[in-house]
Amino acid sequence: MTNDVIRLLGKKNLFIQGDDAVVYGALIADCRFFAGYPITPATEVAEGMALWMPRLGGVYVQMEDEIASIAAVIGASCTGVKSMTATSGPGFSLMQECIGYSCMAEIPCVIVNVQRGGPSTGQPTEAAQGDVMQAMWGTHGDHQIIALAPKSVQETLDLTIEAFNLSEDYRVPVILLLDAEIGHMREKVVLPEIINVKVDDRVPATIGPDKYRPYRTGFTRTSKVPEFAPFGSGYRTYVTGLTHDKRGFPVTTSAEVHEELVRRLVEKVQDDMDIIWYHEDSFLEDAEIIVVSYGTTARPAVSAVKMARKNGIKVGHIRLITIWPFHYEKMKEVLKNAHTVIVPEMNLGQMVHPIREAVGKNTKVISAPKIGGAIHTPYDILKFIEGDKN
Amino acid sequence: MSFISNDIIIDKYLRKDMLPTIFCTGCGIGSVMNFSLRAIHDLNIDMNKTVFVSGIGCSSRVPGYIYSDGLHSLHGRAIAYATGVKLANPELKVIVFTGDGDCGAIGGNHFLHAIRRNVDITVISINNFIYGMTGGQVAPTTPLKSKTTTTPYGNIEYPIDLSMTAKVIGAPYVARWTTAHPVQCINSIKKALQKTGFSFVEVLSPCPTSYGRLNKMGTALDLTKHFKESTINIKLYEKMLAEGKTTDKMVIGELVDIEKEDFNTKYKRFCGELK
Ligand SMILES: Cc1ncc(C[n+]2csc(CCOP(=O)(O)OP(=O)(O)O)c2C)c(N)n1
Ligand code: SF4
Ligand SMILES: [Mg+2]
Repeated sequence: MTNDVIRLLGKKNLFIQGDDAVVYGALIADCRFFAGYPITPATEVAEGMALWMPRLGGVYVQMEDEIASIAAVIGASCTGVKSMTATSGPGFSLMQECIGYSCMAEIPCVIVNVQRGGPSTGQPTEAAQGDVMQAMWGTHGDHQIIALAPKSVQETLDLTIEAFNLSEDYRVPVILLLDAEIGHMREKVVLPEIINVKVDDRVPATIGPDKYRPYRTGFTRTSKVPEFAPFGSGYRTYVTGLTHDKRGFPVTTSAEVHEELVRRLVEKVQDDMDIIWYHEDSFLEDAEIIVVSYGTTARPAVSAVKMARKNGIKVGHIRLITIWPFHYEKMKEVLKNAHTVIVPEMNLGQMVHPIREAVGKNTKVISAPKIGGAIHTPYDILKFIEGDKN
Repeated sequence: MSFISNDIIIDKYLRKDMLPTIFCTGCGIGSVMNFSLRAIHDLNIDMNKTVFVSGIGCSSRVPGYIYSDGLHSLHGRAIAYATGVKLANPELKVIVFTGDGDCGAIGGNHFLHAIRRNVDITVISINNFIYGMTGGQVAPTTPLKSKTTTTPYGNIEYPIDLSMTAKVIGAPYVARWTTAHPVQCINSIKKALQKTGFSFVEVLSPCPTSYGRLNKMGTALDLTKHFKESTINIKLYEKMLAEGKTTDKMVIGELVDIEKEDFNTKYKRFCGELK
């Protein structure tokens, strides 16, 4: 499959926008079902999938709204087909109940949110990072999703593939958080060598239908992720969003069953935090000030840190690629020698909260917000660094 | 029509470890499940390739009791989930169980658009004229003046007619019966299951616990009798119309039976043409 895609795409070097990179990443990751609803600045993802799905034996369908889109994606995924939807703030809000369903029933899916200015209809064409908290906590109840934030078009392609892999590996919804800036920015992208592409599939049921329990773990491995039997495979599984036992049957008033299930849903991801916590850092060795950024904001952040270094300021940078789950332990460790942490975000301060919680009271954590659509300039961030060098 | 015993139906089609059902004594949902399984039995449908999808509500609990793949989705979203299942794997038979609120209120838009798309699924809507699961609130199907816990002085909103809506939007198969019409109901479900495209069977069903109690309509049997009396067969109705007469009664029977190319067939053909 993957070979077909790379051959079909023809050229190895492309000059494309972030939304297109999502499409190519999805094709390479074997995504063969897309349901969506047009919304700026994510529409190009739907348009790309509409172009490619029919040629690759996949399905493209434009649903009546975003709730229907994510619902259809989950339904499709139940048959074993890798599925994706793409949207922006207003649509992402509509999807929240189904995202919780995907968590509870452990049905893999990838949700792309090309963030724009909110709340409400807000600024359709302007970039923002205002949905960071919503990505983690938008749906009700305890749960754990995975969210990734790319900083370039190339990384958008790579992380789209990774989003599918993580979704399959952990059977969780994976949210790819772009913003209007990356979604619509054109950059050079090099398609990966086929040999180098790792494409994961959810672990199939390895035991006969008579002994199989859809939500029992540990048949063949120690992981807390159960094995998957697609609809139509003869395993006859029952999938519900109600609290359920290992057979998948509703058990809604037992504290034990609920706690065991919900804890597992969270732990299956958090236990592997060291593996799935992707990040990048620079100049950390002697850093007294550390800038923590993610997504588009990492671009001016890196420039600002380099400029400050030239001015002799001991400042370092860490970029979160995996933004959820948040790795409290590692962040505490990485930031322990800094007296100040600066968090530039295209919102009024969201990721700054878990960072503050991670470092404790002795470190100053400063929010460097910017809203309205324009991304931070390096000077916007430099100002905060210089303001705090003493 | 099959006259096999209930024991055989239970043995062959139900998840025994899920029984007993949550349905109240006298509830019509069990009958609709029974009719559906008899239709499936008559058609010898492969249960390894059948997926039952539902939303949330008493009616939506049906798939939990059937030994096949089941997808108990969210309130109102059954048809949207079912669309994903059917489009992703056209080989699967997809059957939706949905309540009148699930289908006509919160899920109304998915209902319209799955019909418009002509997705090849069978939707069995159990209409008890009320929100059963949540204890008897007004539904979009609740008749004018009826009492519910949220219309303590009587309902002032005009009800939606689910079957007529399906017909108007263009569903190729639409039938409506009551739980007092087992034979007709089984036959219609069989036809619906054999129809390629969106097929819709609405079954008027007693909810003695809420609708019956709040409207002082007596036992489940009295309610069933009331449904029988307040409905009119399409054939009789058409005769009446021809004679220039009208009636307030709800029309039952086979309301639509036409051929219409479904989404999957169209999609497959158009993909083939691209190659
Ligand atoms: C989003 C959402 N809103 C509300 C509810 C509460 N709720 C559960 S079932 C139901 C109504 C069910 O009525 P109907 O669809 O007619 O099914 P019945 O129980 O009558 O068979 C409601 C309002 C819910 N589960 N989810
Ligand atoms: S509340 Fe009404 S619809 Fe629900 S199970 Fe009881 S009788 Fe049936
Ligand atoms: Mg109802």
